[in-house]
Amino acid sequence: MQSKMKESDPILEVENLSASTDNLPILKGVSLTVYPGEIHAIMGRNGCGKSTLSKIIAGHPSYNITNGDIKFLGENINSLEPEERSQSGIFLGFQYPIEIPGVSNLEFLRVSTNARRKFLNKEELDTFDFEVLVKEKLEIVKMDHAFLSRSVNQGFSGGEKKRNEILQMALLEPKIAILDETDSGLDIDALRIVASGIKKISNAQTGIILITHYQRLLDEIKPNYVHVMSDGQIIKTGDSDLALELEEKGYEWTDNFIKET
Amino acid sequence: MVNENLVKDVVKEPYKYGFVTDIETEKIEKGLNEDIIKLISQKKEEPKFLLDFRLKAFKKWQKMKEPNWAALGYKKIDYQDIIYYSAPKQKEKISSLDEVDPKLLETFDKLGIPLTEQKKLTNVAVDAVFDSVSIATTFREELAEHGVIFCSISEAVKNHADLIEKYLGTVVPASDNYFAALNSAVFSDGSFVYIPKGVTCPMDLSSYFRINSGDSGQFERTLIIAEESSSVSYLEGCTAPMFDTNTLHAAVVELIALDDASIKYSTVQNWYAGDEEGIGGIFNFVTKRGKCLGKRSKISWSQVETGSAITWKYPSCLLLGEESVGEFYSVALTNNLQQADTGTKMIHIGPKTKSTIVSKGISAGNSKNSYRGLVKMGTKATGSRNYSQCDSMLIGDQASANTFPYIKSQQPNSEIEHEASTCRISEDQLFYLQSRGIEFEEAVSMMVSGFCRDVFNQLPMEFAAEADKLLALKLEGSVG
Repeated sequence: MQSKMKESDPILEVENLSASTDNLPILKGVSLTVYPGEIHAIMGRNGCGKSTLSKIIAGHPSYNITNGDIKFLGENINSLEPEERSQSGIFLGFQYPIEIPGVSNLEFLRVSTNARRKFLNKEELDTFDFEVLVKEKLEIVKMDHAFLSRSVNQGFSGGEKKRNEILQMALLEPKIAILDETDSGLDIDALRIVASGIKKISNAQTGIILITHYQRLLDEIKPNYVHVMSDGQIIKTGDSDLALELEEKGYEWTDNFIKET
Repeated sequence: MVNENLVKDVVKEPYKYGFVTDIETEKIEKGLNEDIIKLISQKKEEPKFLLDFRLKAFKKWQKMKEPNWAALGYKKIDYQDIIYYSAPKQKEKISSLDEVDPKLLETFDKLGIPLTEQKKLTNVAVDAVFDSVSIATTFREELAEHGVIFCSISEAVKNHADLIEKYLGTVVPASDNYFAALNSAVFSDGSFVYIPKGVTCPMDLSSYFRINSGDSGQFERTLIIAEESSSVSYLEGCTAPMFDTNTLHAAVVELIALDDASIKYSTVQNWYAGDEEGIGGIFNFVTKRGKCLGKRSKISWSQVETGSAITWKYPSCLLLGEESVGEFYSVALTNNLQQADTGTKMIHIGPKTKSTIVSKGISAGNSKNSYRGLVKMGTKATGSRNYSQCDSMLIGDQASANTFPYIKSQQPNSEIEHEASTCRISEDQLFYLQSRGIEFEEAVSMMVSGFCRDVFNQLPMEFAAEADKLLALKLEGSVG
């Protein structure tokens, strides 16, 4: 599928990746390559390893890589700290964004944005300059300014939390964004806002990985590739039609692929 | 888990104020008896009423037993093995700062409390206490123009004996508790503040307590009087060198607020806490109490307790005046084998009195951190209200946190509200912040200061910044 010649170098290369937590193997040889401008969707049953893959790419300390490599812009990042991965342009949109009591959302966003800017040798923003930037980005996710003065994600509704994730993505301007079930728990209006936000932020230089169960997000953001995961492996890769077929036939249909291999 | 260990590493910050000043000191012999007390009183050229006060306190102390109800464990203190008076040798009479031993000035410089005319802090008057004596007090003339008296308590005994005789021991009587009785018998120095009627003190006042010698205890005594419609903000800081023995610090602080007066008393306590194995460190056994004597008077305690091997203190308010207000805002951070048993007492006596308690305990390492508080509504405290909030944060899985709220109400027409919570910095929270480019250490310190925000908001500006920095330092470490 990805063997055809590409004009630019890949952003992300996951090569035959196996990983475990508490000696329990979760990923069993996953390979995935994302080029600039591409949108990949990963689908699969709960527990198939989709979220684990995203966390490992972001550097979660609970998982051990037992085999294989993750390369970002050609460099092996297996041993980088999560903050180093973020600063260099890897973004993980959380399925369940974490609440941080007492830490103001505005300050959190500013410190986070400045960490990325510092890496890019851009000037760090003081509170006033940041205020200007964040106002502009709030527009993208149609969030009210009042969200900024609250504690990070605390007391946010499901939809508000997801929009706050997209706001962070807009501020950090990552090279690659992995969005873990960003569409789950959203009503139709919120889904549209989130989807249009993602489209506005991404461009020909960025890569996107959408982890999802539902076709409705893929109706809004059409993927170039759809991968189906099962038991820690990618068992089938296709174009956007694969998602439609999956929607129609259910995951049971994919069980046959495993038998085939 | 990898991060669990990192959290443990991150809270291992070496103590930065552990140096000893090499200076010739005048010490009296170890031990405690009537002759020692007479000797201290004589050295300080005290009037008879004060010597009597001391001797009476000593008699009471001899009959008292060291309390053991706190959730603390420590080796028995040998009170005969302590030096009760230790002072740097200086000229008999010092008329200006130029005559103060440069080594002493240098010490306070190193601690970030410059005292000399050229370098002194611009908007805070400082009383610097070294072991048993006050070294210098800045801005005295400027304050005197407003009628504000700010000096060491020894000087106040000489120059304002009437005020001392009238108020000393009226808030914390000598018989109050074991350590208050001990302090009353042997106190050496401390600060005295008097704000006259109608005066808003033009600058923050501050005392800085430095323990230098390893075998002497520090027993300072602070007395603050705010006359009708006056107000003052007072700050207290403390550090000590690193010794492998425990040093006893048993202070008494008394505050008195008359009609419409307000006193804000803030502490940043960073005594040496002992090493990772719990060897050495200060025993900080302190009695602090304020009396809201006047109508609509207000006393507010805020404290950031980060040091000491053991902290045992309950800054309290006696709310006598109608509509008087008591407040207690506390952050207590313990690490390694530190122990803290701290909280407050709000005694509502007058009608329509109000009190607020906000306590934040952070325990890391193998430390023990307890909140202990009493809210009491007396029979006449109609229409009085209390709100208490006690939150604990645990870092790592070896630390412990307790909350002991005591509530006594003899007045049905009063309200008492208590909220408590315990949380742990979770790996998921740290990963979330890290995955947004925020370094591990900064992530921990962001969460800790977020947790303490309600209290930091109550501290004077410069102090709040210092407290935030201090907590960050304590939590900063060897993570590479």
